[in-house]
Amino acid sequence: MQPRPSSRAALAALLLGVVATAQDTPHAFVGARIEPVGAPPIARGTLVVQGGRIVAVGAADAVAVPAGAVTVDVTGKTLIPGLVCSHSHIGSVAGADSSGPIQPEVRALDAIDPRDPGIQKAQAGGITTANVMPGSGHLLSGQTIYLKLRDGRTVDELTIKNADGGVAGGIKMANGTNPQRDAPFPGTRGKAAALVRAQLHRARDHQKKIAAAAGDASKLPDRNLGLEALVEVLEGKRVVHHHTHRADDILTVLRLQQEFGFRCVLHHVSEGGLVAAEIAAAKVPCSVIVIDAPGGKLEAVNLSMTTGAVLDRAGVLVGFHTDDGITDSRLFLRSGALAVRGGMDRDKALAALTIANARMLDLQDRIGTLAVGKDADFVVLTGDPFAVRTRVQQTWIEGKKVFDLDDPKDRVFANGGYGASDGQSMSMCCFQGGQQ
Amino acid sequence: MIAFALAWLAAVVPQEPVAVPTTTVAVRGGTVWTMAGEPIADGVVLVRDGKIAAVGRAADVAVPAGVQVLRAAVVTPGLIDAHATVGLTGMRNVPHDQDHVDRASAMQPELRAIDAFQARDELVAYLRGFGITTVHTGHSPNALISGQTMVVKTHGRSVERDVVKPLAMVAVTLGDGGRGSKGPGTRPKSVAMLREQLQKAKEYAARRQKDPDTAVDLGLDVLAQVIAREVPLLVTAHKANDLQAALRVAKEFDVLVVLDGAAEAYTLLPELQAAKCWVIPHPAMARTGGELANGTMELPKLLLDAGVPFALQSGYEGYVPKTRVVLFEAGVAVGHGLPAAAALRALTLDAARLLGVYARLGSLEVGKDGDLALFDGDPFEYTSHCVGVVVDGLVTAGAPR
Repeated sequence: MQPRPSSRAALAALLLGVVATAQDTPHAFVGARIEPVGAPPIARGTLVVQGGRIVAVGAADAVAVPAGAVTVDVTGKTLIPGLVCSHSHIGSVAGADSSGPIQPEVRALDAIDPRDPGIQKAQAGGITTANVMPGSGHLLSGQTIYLKLRDGRTVDELTIKNADGGVAGGIKMANGTNPQRDAPFPGTRGKAAALVRAQLHRARDHQKKIAAAAGDASKLPDRNLGLEALVEVLEGKRVVHHHTHRADDILTVLRLQQEFGFRCVLHHVSEGGLVAAEIAAAKVPCSVIVIDAPGGKLEAVNLSMTTGAVLDRAGVLVGFHTDDGITDSRLFLRSGALAVRGGMDRDKALAALTIANARMLDLQDRIGTLAVGKDADFVVLTGDPFAVRTRVQQTWIEGKKVFDLDDPKDRVFANGGYGASDGQSMSMCCFQGGQQ
Repeated sequence: MIAFALAWLAAVVPQEPVAVPTTTVAVRGGTVWTMAGEPIADGVVLVRDGKIAAVGRAADVAVPAGVQVLRAAVVTPGLIDAHATVGLTGMRNVPHDQDHVDRASAMQPELRAIDAFQARDELVAYLRGFGITTVHTGHSPNALISGQTMVVKTHGRSVERDVVKPLAMVAVTLGDGGRGSKGPGTRPKSVAMLREQLQKAKEYAARRQKDPDTAVDLGLDVLAQVIAREVPLLVTAHKANDLQAALRVAKEFDVLVVLDGAAEAYTLLPELQAAKCWVIPHPAMARTGGELANGTMELPKLLLDAGVPFALQSGYEGYVPKTRVVLFEAGVAVGHGLPAAAALRALTLDAARLLGVYARLGSLEVGKDGDLALFDGDPFEYTSHCVGVVVDGLVTAGAPR
């Protein structure tokens, strides 16, 4: 994905919200091993947070604990940035319905239930930010939403605001067999691409009409919610998050991306390893799913634990995602660990769970590493991030603790047990009788 | 030429089982978990003609000159998946590779796993790559009585060559999974239908004993073996009420019942202790929807603490992952409190005991099958690899997994 210059206004808007909710007493986390991501690990470090942001991070002997700070002893623990999941279906999300294959006007925002236990389970897995995507089975199933998994009563308390005050999110698309159904859905891959191209041409025309009006309200075209969302796609303001598995389907996405110039992240990319050079050349990042075995659908028979490693070596920006409920948010670290098993560099695998995903959501200036000025989103682990016995001990978002394994209620979300899933909407993205 | 052909096969068709014939092979491990006594530091297992010929410290076991020696940090018995559907639920998940349930009627105990198992499905070889040398597989938990299960090695040759036990259990499902358009429609109806069928089997067995010319009923014939306590019922159930129904039926008909899945078993620990019933807890990573909503990744640990005997499984999946990997499920159980030694026991000797194949499998002892798994570290660690697999003394080729 082509990086976009960060917007100061966006940052300011975000911080305004943060300052209002976070306590102003500095908190110093001392004694832990810190893996900041993007900087060398610190054997014994200090992390100071205040007002929802990181104000200092470094070796214990290099960072002074501010006077009056609350000191939290995390000796023996490991601190890493809050995990970022670039593709999730938590929070009772829904999107487009069965009325048509392309529904850009539909927003995930209008579906999110902040009390869905899937969100608490994700906190228990150390996830602090998630791209929550609407459903599946469409060429375009709606607008996605980037959520901070704060403890909130309403969806608004979980959103991230863009510079223009809008809700941050992308748009979800899919190809291959996923959107294939009876008309008006596509019956073939060729039809699928044609339907998408025709719609993007309509959006381009709409964009031209708006430009031609040159701010004169009387000359503006009629409002069209769907086309307006697609104009944002064409203008690079809204990233396309594209479900795609097979090598030829991946190349089709790249072809459309070339034709229309939208900014895009490839998701799942089961056969990405077969076209790694092409993906690298297109400079399109990949959000890879890690699943325990290949198959389950025809497009995933070549799925492999080595895909992350192969794409990374080819120079592709690689992230991982849970696709929750395909894999469990509580075990997100495991996706990175299995990628290491598959040959990926350890540091790259940790980046793939944090900063790489942040980049795919245009949030790299706010989250994804432990660095001064960034949001105080971090995870306290009991040990090495990729060790099977390591547990998420605490999860902090903007300086507030949202999960603690020692809290009996939180522990139920972490491990499971009676009531752990009460009211949870389990989304099996792409599940259609096992044929998709 | 043959070596070249084998190498070519291994390179081009990695999923194809490539067994290198050999009469004797030695496996040397930094730690050898024999599951019969303490682990051996720097141990050797000598396998001759498919059977274990010697086990001991490297200093004590003489390896004949010229014998191939495989080395690994950790060596365990070949792992046993105590309940899968692999081979009946093919990797592609299209109608022609799905033979795990026939929906013509609610109860079909006559459906044999051996008539459905596709030894060459890629997922059989995939599991073998992780050191799983034996699976208990068969009909899926999608009908009240979906059919039979069997125990089979993961060579991937043919069911005839690989089978260990052609009839292991009869698969029963209570709760949502056992309901269907052909009935039953409710929980009590499921139990009533099962009880009626067991009653018929009892009468059938008595009739057959009195008059051997009684017409054969394939289904009742199998259930008669259940009544005779020769074959257990594998009852998949998750809710506490369904688990209790299973125990009630077991008591009424004096049949052997193994509880499978059992998401809410932790609410019934005293009952399970009293019933002395084996449990095959659901995969630790099983999705927590529907009847598994109250499931916990700590279930194996809770069963261990309560002294309830258990083995571990990959289970049944309708979608992705089309098969789970029982080694991974055990790993997550280890991450949630199950000691590694207990997890390994569940994957080896306890599974072998549960499945009635302990005379051949489940530990590294002289005379048992030469099934071994080789790892470059802690087998349960996410970032370890399975670096070698031996099944019946045959070294199977493949990249580290």
